[in-house]
Amino acid sequence: MVRDVIIIGAGISGAAIARELSRYRLKVLLLEKEAEPAFGVSKSNSGIIHAGTQNPPSSLKGWLCVEGNRLLREELAADLGLHFVQCGQLIVVFDLADLPELDKIKAEGEALGVKGLEIVDRAWLDAREPNLGPEVKAALYVPSAGIISPYRFVYALVENAVRNGVRLETSSRVTAVRRRPEGFEVVAGGQVFRSRFVVNAAGLYADEVSAMAGAPTFKITPRKGEEYLLDKKREHIANHIIFPLPSKTSKGILIIKTSDGNPMIGPTAHETPDKEDLATTDAGLAEVLAGARRMMPSLDRSDIIAYFAGLRPASGKDFIIRHEDAVPGLVNVAGIQSPGLTSAPAIAVMVAGLLKERGLPLTPKEEFHRLRPRPVHLFQVPLEETARLIEKDPSYGDIVCRCELVSAQEVRDAIRRGARTLDGVKFRTRAQSGRCHGGFCTTRIIKLMQEELGLPVTAVSKRGPGSELIKDERK
Amino acid sequence: MKERQLVVVGGGPAGMAAALAAREAGVADVLLLERDQHLGGILNQCIHPGFGLHHFKEELTGPEYADRFAARVLADPGIEVRLKSFAVKLTPDRRISFLRPGALEEVQAGAVVLATGCRERTREMIPIPGTRPAGVYPAGLAQKMVNMEGWIPGREAVIVGSGDIGLIMARRMALEGVLVKAVIEIQKSSRGLVRNVVQCLEDFGIPLYFQHRISMVRGRDRVESVDVVRVDDEFRDIPGSDFSLSCDTVLVSVGLIPENELLEMAGALIDRKTNTPVAPDVNLTSLPGIFACGNACKVYDLADWVTRDSQLAGRMAARYLGVADL
Repeated sequence: MVRDVIIIGAGISGAAIARELSRYRLKVLLLEKEAEPAFGVSKSNSGIIHAGTQNPPSSLKGWLCVEGNRLLREELAADLGLHFVQCGQLIVVFDLADLPELDKIKAEGEALGVKGLEIVDRAWLDAREPNLGPEVKAALYVPSAGIISPYRFVYALVENAVRNGVRLETSSRVTAVRRRPEGFEVVAGGQVFRSRFVVNAAGLYADEVSAMAGAPTFKITPRKGEEYLLDKKREHIANHIIFPLPSKTSKGILIIKTSDGNPMIGPTAHETPDKEDLATTDAGLAEVLAGARRMMPSLDRSDIIAYFAGLRPASGKDFIIRHEDAVPGLVNVAGIQSPGLTSAPAIAVMVAGLLKERGLPLTPKEEFHRLRPRPVHLFQVPLEETARLIEKDPSYGDIVCRCELVSAQEVRDAIRRGARTLDGVKFRTRAQSGRCHGGFCTTRIIKLMQEELGLPVTAVSKRGPGSELIKDERK
Repeated sequence: MKERQLVVVGGGPAGMAAALAAREAGVADVLLLERDQHLGGILNQCIHPGFGLHHFKEELTGPEYADRFAARVLADPGIEVRLKSFAVKLTPDRRISFLRPGALEEVQAGAVVLATGCRERTREMIPIPGTRPAGVYPAGLAQKMVNMEGWIPGREAVIVGSGDIGLIMARRMALEGVLVKAVIEIQKSSRGLVRNVVQCLEDFGIPLYFQHRISMVRGRDRVESVDVVRVDDEFRDIPGSDFSLSCDTVLVSVGLIPENELLEMAGALIDRKTNTPVAPDVNLTSLPGIFACGNACKVYDLADWVTRDSQLAGRMAARYLGVADL
């Protein structure tokens, strides 16, 4: 079979492109090297839906961010049942002499079309963000910024794309891309797939995939970020996403409200040559704590319940989204660092346009299933609603994860929607993400996975082959 | 809403002892909520001996110790046991909401005893730097895997922390044929019982490194090795002292934290450092008629002392209800 488009990479960019292309009468294949979508760069995303500020006005990512923010707020959040919270953002200064910097960010944001920007003083902040430390003097208030669960955003897009006919192949690392006169041959996971077009959204490996296809035109330099999650009990420590003034290479150490309730502090920003370097470090923790405490001194190390590191797939300053003329039919979507999550819906529309320009007909399907039912999360609903759910299905009352209030039914639902690993269940349901870190619920989740998937216990893994949890069963 | 005289949350050794003592002191009606499918709590996974030497004057395993109380609880017509029942909400005037398969129920309690036990401190709380592969488990979770499920998590293990759970799991893993390479302890001495250091490590030839810590966990998908470094009296790394241990499993046993989230939800004062109730005496909380006992009140080193103090909690609840003098 020759497909119309093969998309390489089921992170946020690939997922959004797949969902966008699924509107049209096309045969689309989405390839992912990991066991599940969102397991690469996207899983470590901060979950911030940026407004568009802190980008140069002439940049590609500046307008993609503003447009992506609009598409998410006005269409996708409702269509895909996403829990998007428009909490707003503050960019704080520690010295009133830095106010001109805030004015500049405000002017640049307004030039991109960001609305509602306002410089606010200490009295405004005291009323709305009482835990800020005495060093904070003023801030830029950015009302259209918000928060979302990055992985559940990816899962929603992929689920809806698959519902609309996109084929997903996981555990399929691309090992060769050949341009033939009649189209592409892509070798992945030991199989050969053919297509007219290839969209390369391979994240950290986008440079290698592009080079395989015959376009060694850029290099990805990973920039590592460590993030530290706080206990849900500290949910109300901040009411906005709080940024310091940005530096040349990063937006700084932030205090990030998250859509699931656990505040997060971070990320660091350090270049690393290693695309697999996901280690957190003592130095990273110290840097994050110092940065966050300068804005909010009451943050305590004992509030930290979890941490992780991620790699930004950086290539220069801006996104690379282009057709490679040397390899007709190859579209690169690379260097998608911040604000990639926000920009994804707009990137997807742009990529569809690039493909159309190169001769891919975009004929709308007669029946496009725009809506995706929102999964149930007990932690998001009031108790009365929980009671109604339990009446319909008793196993919503069977609590598996006590810290985050996740029922057996939610775990089963996650598996039926595609979770194949312990991390996949965690990212979809929050079971194991709380303060006990899976100490109480892991064995129960393993057993539910065995029941649903018919696996021996030694085949249940944390995040795919090689990460099996149990080595042997007692005789 | 149903009214109940006494509601006990938690069916481990603390909750069972409190319920039985309250009955003996004259409480007519006790509702005991247990989230698991059987009574006994964590004792069910503690299959090693060493329980009951004080309370029963004989040596029992954890399940045997628990069963003695469970049998009496189940035989008592004044105690209604509800299994798979998870308390999600507690108000200061003692209304409790709990979920169970099939229903959300609400009861008004005359008095409440919280016997919710504790959870393990995790790798993330120390924290141990490095990658986040499969194979890093809290020691109590590993104990549950091995003893309750018959699952052996790994083949070569390093254990962090020489508290009793770490020591007991070192022996347990060794008995299952796992090569236990070391127990790493950042302090100068073990927090565990002396008998456990002798019987669990020395008898099995497992090395114990005092004043050391894991400075890095390595491995992408599964643990491959850990870096270990010696620290000085101020817990600073001593340069050049580091070495590597290959292993596929790291068990973390670095202390316990009382589970008092329900109590906190009700608005009681909680000590942020220890996560225990702020109160003038054992078993009390800052809210009248709400008691906390067992490991939720403070972390005990012996189940026998949990039983002793939790019996007192049951009598205190009876006195609060006006059915008994202390």
